[in-house]
Amino acid sequence: MSLKYLLGRLAVMVPVFFLVVTLVFFMIRFAPGGPFSSEKSVSPAILKNLEAKYHMDEPLSRQYLHYLKDLLHGDLGPSFKHANRTVNEIIAEALPVSLELGLLSLTWALMIGICAGGLAALKPNTSWDYIPMSFAILGICLPTFVVGPVLVLVFGVWLQWLPVAGWESWQDRVLPSLTLGFAYAAYISRLTRGGLMEIRMQDFIRTARAKGLSESDILLKHSLRGGLLPVISYLGPALAGIITGALVTETIFNIPGLGRFFIESAVNRDYTVVMGTSLLYFTLIFVCNFLVDIFYALLDPRVKYV
Amino acid sequence: MRRSTLLSCLAFSLGISKLLFATPQVLNIGNGSEPKDLDPHTVTGVPESQIIQNLFEGLVSKDPQTLKPVGGVAESWKVSKDGRTYIFKIRKNAKWSNGDPVTSQDFIFSWKRLLDPQTASEYAYQGYYIRGGRDFNLGKVKDSSQLGLKAPSPETLEVVLENPTPYFLSLLYHHSLYPVHQTTVQKHQMRWTRPENIVSNGPFTLQKWEMNKVISLQKSPHHWDAPQVKLEGVNYYPIEKPETEEKLFQVKKLHVTGTVPTEKIAYWTKDNSGVFRRHPYLGTYFYWMNVTRPPINNKLVRKALALAIDREKLVKFVVKGGQAPAEFFTPPGIGDFHPKALLPKDGSRIAEAKKLLEQAGFPQGKGLPSIEILYNTSDAHKKIAEAIQQMWKENLGVQATLYNQEWKVFLDTQHSHNYMVSRAGWIADYNDPNTFLDMLTTGNGNNHAAWSNTSYDELIAKAAKEKSPQKRNQLFQKAEEILLEELPVLPLYIYTRIYLLSTDVQGWYENVEDVHPLKYVSLK
Repeated sequence: MSLKYLLGRLAVMVPVFFLVVTLVFFMIRFAPGGPFSSEKSVSPAILKNLEAKYHMDEPLSRQYLHYLKDLLHGDLGPSFKHANRTVNEIIAEALPVSLELGLLSLTWALMIGICAGGLAALKPNTSWDYIPMSFAILGICLPTFVVGPVLVLVFGVWLQWLPVAGWESWQDRVLPSLTLGFAYAAYISRLTRGGLMEIRMQDFIRTARAKGLSESDILLKHSLRGGLLPVISYLGPALAGIITGALVTETIFNIPGLGRFFIESAVNRDYTVVMGTSLLYFTLIFVCNFLVDIFYALLDPRVKYV
Repeated sequence: MRRSTLLSCLAFSLGISKLLFATPQVLNIGNGSEPKDLDPHTVTGVPESQIIQNLFEGLVSKDPQTLKPVGGVAESWKVSKDGRTYIFKIRKNAKWSNGDPVTSQDFIFSWKRLLDPQTASEYAYQGYYIRGGRDFNLGKVKDSSQLGLKAPSPETLEVVLENPTPYFLSLLYHHSLYPVHQTTVQKHQMRWTRPENIVSNGPFTLQKWEMNKVISLQKSPHHWDAPQVKLEGVNYYPIEKPETEEKLFQVKKLHVTGTVPTEKIAYWTKDNSGVFRRHPYLGTYFYWMNVTRPPINNKLVRKALALAIDREKLVKFVVKGGQAPAEFFTPPGIGDFHPKALLPKDGSRIAEAKKLLEQAGFPQGKGLPSIEILYNTSDAHKKIAEAIQQMWKENLGVQATLYNQEWKVFLDTQHSHNYMVSRAGWIADYNDPNTFLDMLTTGNGNNHAAWSNTSYDELIAKAAKEKSPQKRNQLFQKAEEILLEELPVLPLYIYTRIYLLSTDVQGWYENVEDVHPLKYVSLK
């Protein structure tokens, strides 16, 4: 993989980033309603003062340039809804929580997914294959808003082994990360099984088998590296999705992550928070895919980026 | 010597065991959504007000059982004969959480801040009762010394009102009229409500604020009534999902929930552990009728539509939370006002509705354009609208179309009067019928029906100047009668407060205003 390629990829990101800034900026502002429209009527004089406070009385083009200027300085502006906080502060508070939840979930997903998929591929068309794969289908079908409350009911309310909600102790992390990781584990197990089955047909595996290596050696030393490629390529979008799409899990378990801000801000027309979270997500997705490409090249000698 | 050692050992161990086994006096409350801010002058929401009521204190406080005004920062007050001048005597031992005394100047600064156009407070109208308040807020008068506020001494505050306002004391419990600490506000500007900056004057102080996680209050040692305060701390958890709240309550992580999941109300009604709480609340669920839109501009059509709704059935089978059907607009019991039921309940109303529709020129609904009902996207509102759609069809042969809009779009549509019939709800700002009836006066920003009626306006203006409570209630009753004759609003039901309360909580009283000053609350 050449350095030129990496730099090229990064160079593409810059114009795309500004395109996203522009699109989100104007889209959210053209949506009906605004951050100050409220159930109680606000007198025009008060509305004017509120708008002046947030520079919303200036022409849109100037507001846009103003935003770009602040953005270049790393300043995402004050939140409209959370009056005593800046968007930078909100992200600094919520992003670590989302990252932790996301990484824990992904760890579960990888652990469960690769084990189940590996098992299934090792003994295809036996109950070792059918049982985990049926669970995987179930995991793909069941949404988090079903899995979460069921886990809470069983382990939180009936057995009282784990907390039902919150984000303080390590115990609080178990159920939400399992809930969120479950669906991804299902995909990963299917991908692992598929990848491994395909590798099994390859010549080099036949050679390995002819050398007299045990099945588990073949799996661990030869098949996994190639067989996991589909999983790796899935990990990029999965990581981004798991960090950004945890809204339901965050709400069920009352976790102070970013997903809630992302949705709330759009509902509240909290322009600056919408911008901040969208840009952050864009960057995350880009970075994750970028990392996947690098890993891909490292793992598969056939892949070359020029 | 030996005996005394033994005794003191015993006493010591008793003390330790008491410390170890005593319930920590920390109350955990489910508090709905994440507060926007904790600035008494700029916030508008219920979760914010719940916290602010315990963080700050106004001139007057409320007895949680009787809801009558009791001394807050002011230990006593005098009202002039014409009911327009109030003289408050401020307690010498009223203190801010940094130890500063609370003075009359603090109130003058705070109320000027509330009314200052620069503060852009949505609740500024709560200061319009003060002489000159409205003009100052609207920028017509720039000089704040023109306001009816005077501080002859640090312990005396003189307030001159525009009109004799019999409910003025009740208003003072509202957070918009609480004092804020001048130097703190001026020094920290927008960030003054952060835990590291805030100075407050209530029974509790702000200790921790983690967004979407918890807001923790701690008992204030400086509060004048600190010996009365039994709780050491309070945790407010912003929990938006009623199901999550309910489960946290079941595992004893919460003492009080904000609400109960609708589909679980039936389950909790049967529970006899005494934790399920349900009581009337000062709020009305209703539909705005845009009187400028045909065919709703026809009074007869509006009346027919109003009569064709079976409110009893609606609350029993659709809303299902034990709400009361609204045969009037103002919730009963507000400021001792009990409006007379004006929409008949018996079977005669359907025949009457049919007759009215025929008079309007639409026999059996023939020729009547479809009635459009707008609501903000939510399952609960949808179910209610569907039930009404069906009642109109069955009882009158009238067709209705439903459409929903996302919250902010919905608000926009409502404010621009770009609808025919629209879902609405109103919760009292203060304990007086005026908070409901004033809304429908001509040109009021919240009058989304675009309705105007001179005799109605006159009644409300008269009530504002009337000192006798009985006469005021008569005026309000007349206003109600006009409303239910003209029907710019179509009342549906009176709200109920439904929540779970641990039996360990003491000193918590049910009341229509749903106020629970935590300085009276303790844990068993």
